[in-house]
Amino acid sequence: MPVDMQRIRELPALVRNPREMARHARSNVELWANILVIGGAIAFMLWQGAGFAVIVGTVFAIWAILSVSLNLVVGFTGLLSVGHIGFFGVGAYTMAILTSSPEYEQLRTEAIPTFGWPFFAALPVCALLAGLAAIIVGIVFNRFRDDIFVLVSFGFAIISFNVFLNWRAVTRGAFGIHEIARPEIGDWRFDGDVEFLLLCLAFLAVVMLISWFVVSSSFGRVLTAIREDEQAIEVFGYQATHYKLAVWVISAMMAGIAGGLFSSWTTFIDPNSFILLESVLLVAIVILGGLATIWGSLLGAMAFVLLEEGMRFIPFLPTEYIGQARQVVLGILLVLLMLFRPQGLVGRYRL
Amino acid sequence: MTTARHSHDNPPLLELVNVSVSYGAVHALDDVSMGIRQGEVVAVMGPNGAGKSTVLKAVMGLAPVVAGTVYWRQQPLAAETHEIVKEGIAFVPQGRRVFTHLSIAENLEMGCIYLNDRAEKARRLDSVMELFPILHEKRGDLASQMSGGQQQMLALGRGLMASPELLLLDEPTLGLAPIIVREVFQKVAEISDWLNTTIVVVEHNIKGVLDIVDRAYVLDKGAVVHNGTPQSIRDTDILTQVFLGSA
Repeated sequence: MPVDMQRIRELPALVRNPREMARHARSNVELWANILVIGGAIAFMLWQGAGFAVIVGTVFAIWAILSVSLNLVVGFTGLLSVGHIGFFGVGAYTMAILTSSPEYEQLRTEAIPTFGWPFFAALPVCALLAGLAAIIVGIVFNRFRDDIFVLVSFGFAIISFNVFLNWRAVTRGAFGIHEIARPEIGDWRFDGDVEFLLLCLAFLAVVMLISWFVVSSSFGRVLTAIREDEQAIEVFGYQATHYKLAVWVISAMMAGIAGGLFSSWTTFIDPNSFILLESVLLVAIVILGGLATIWGSLLGAMAFVLLEEGMRFIPFLPTEYIGQARQVVLGILLVLLMLFRPQGLVGRYRL
Repeated sequence: MTTARHSHDNPPLLELVNVSVSYGAVHALDDVSMGIRQGEVVAVMGPNGAGKSTVLKAVMGLAPVVAGTVYWRQQPLAAETHEIVKEGIAFVPQGRRVFTHLSIAENLEMGCIYLNDRAEKARRLDSVMELFPILHEKRGDLASQMSGGQQQMLALGRGLMASPELLLLDEPTLGLAPIIVREVFQKVAEISDWLNTTIVVVEHNIKGVLDIVDRAYVLDKGAVVHNGTPQSIRDTDILTQVFLGSA
């Protein structure tokens, strides 16, 4: 547990002594990062009310699934990938195509195959297809290391976006896909935002649990060793490429689940949700929270959503500049982080 | 020095026959032949760039062998490192290469990839920790918290976790203080005496290594220029020739 209860108990005494508080702040960055982000999120939700909190919570849960899954690859294994958004897109489009209504599609000029599947039948296929894409991409990527790996993953993000945009017979390109099904179990539909939030949080918990098992196992120790010294691990008979491919596929399947949830939540997707910038933001979240820490991924996602949504309420900022301002602020934050806290808010390792 | 438990009549456990290794235009090994018998401790010595470490890498499938064959029990040895490890050959690479973010026990467990039997794994851990008490004392600590000498003991212990028939040591005393160097050589001798493990050690510390080996090969410019007992090497000026040029 990253939050030390003893330190929290000492807080009232510290608050009465500003000099001591400053000294503790320097030596307890992780504690303060936790307090700041979680406290900020709670305060923000209380200020904006329950309805807004539910929506922000859902955004957080989807980003958190993505950041936890990407941390398996970037943080725990040391493979800096900026192509994760591609697997998110595969999951999202799989959900859209499998669940959108055939009746609706007949109205469209550009018909695409639709199946009208229920959400829970389509979600495993989202994970499977994202995993399949990861196997194909991973076999090629396994030939590369370090900077070259970053570049090819960059290429994958661009290629996947172009596939979503131009394979119109399947994705309907820039028109996007509408009428994506919401989840239902029997007569119970997850129509309400609260139900959907709970569903997303449940999947986030599952993803965290799987990630915890992965990193705590002997398999996880091999990933740590690969991050430290891939050549050394091969000397002992480990085929690092197999381990890297395995964690790459696990991570992609989780991203596929996040994509399926996102698609169902918004009920409409188009390629703009899967641009390279989103992938870069995702890497930024992982670095912000901290490498090789599941909790850090949650914290990073929470800080990012807080920043993104919070900037809407800056009074002097014109509405049309909010989007750009978010990117500028996130960029500055990352630069400051690299300068003063390269391991992220609660991370153990530097990039 | 270890006693000779090996008979010269026995066929070699490991044999390199006319092995050449090239990295592009650079010839690292040129027509090298060697034979290592069961139970022997053999040193490979020579100046920088002589190809000492390349011999071990050629055995482990980590260097491009362009000619010749490596035999293991009179059969050609596999080319892939993971297959070679299965045969019972362990390699302790130069520079220790311990995993600093893993604990000592976790580092040791990394040395036995093909062992799924937990009881046997625990037994080997105990056995290695008995040989290296410092590892037992610090078993829960991260490897990054150990000194260079302790990390070398960890690297040796990790190599032994595979319970190898042949242990290849690449410069095990590199960068260590003299007192630690003696300790490392003592441990290598103990491994040979207690476990009867065949050992090939690449070493730059000539005096120290000659005290613990049965035989030594001297390499110069990628070729074997001498092969004999430590005494035969001390009796000739071969080392002066290869390290300082012709006497």
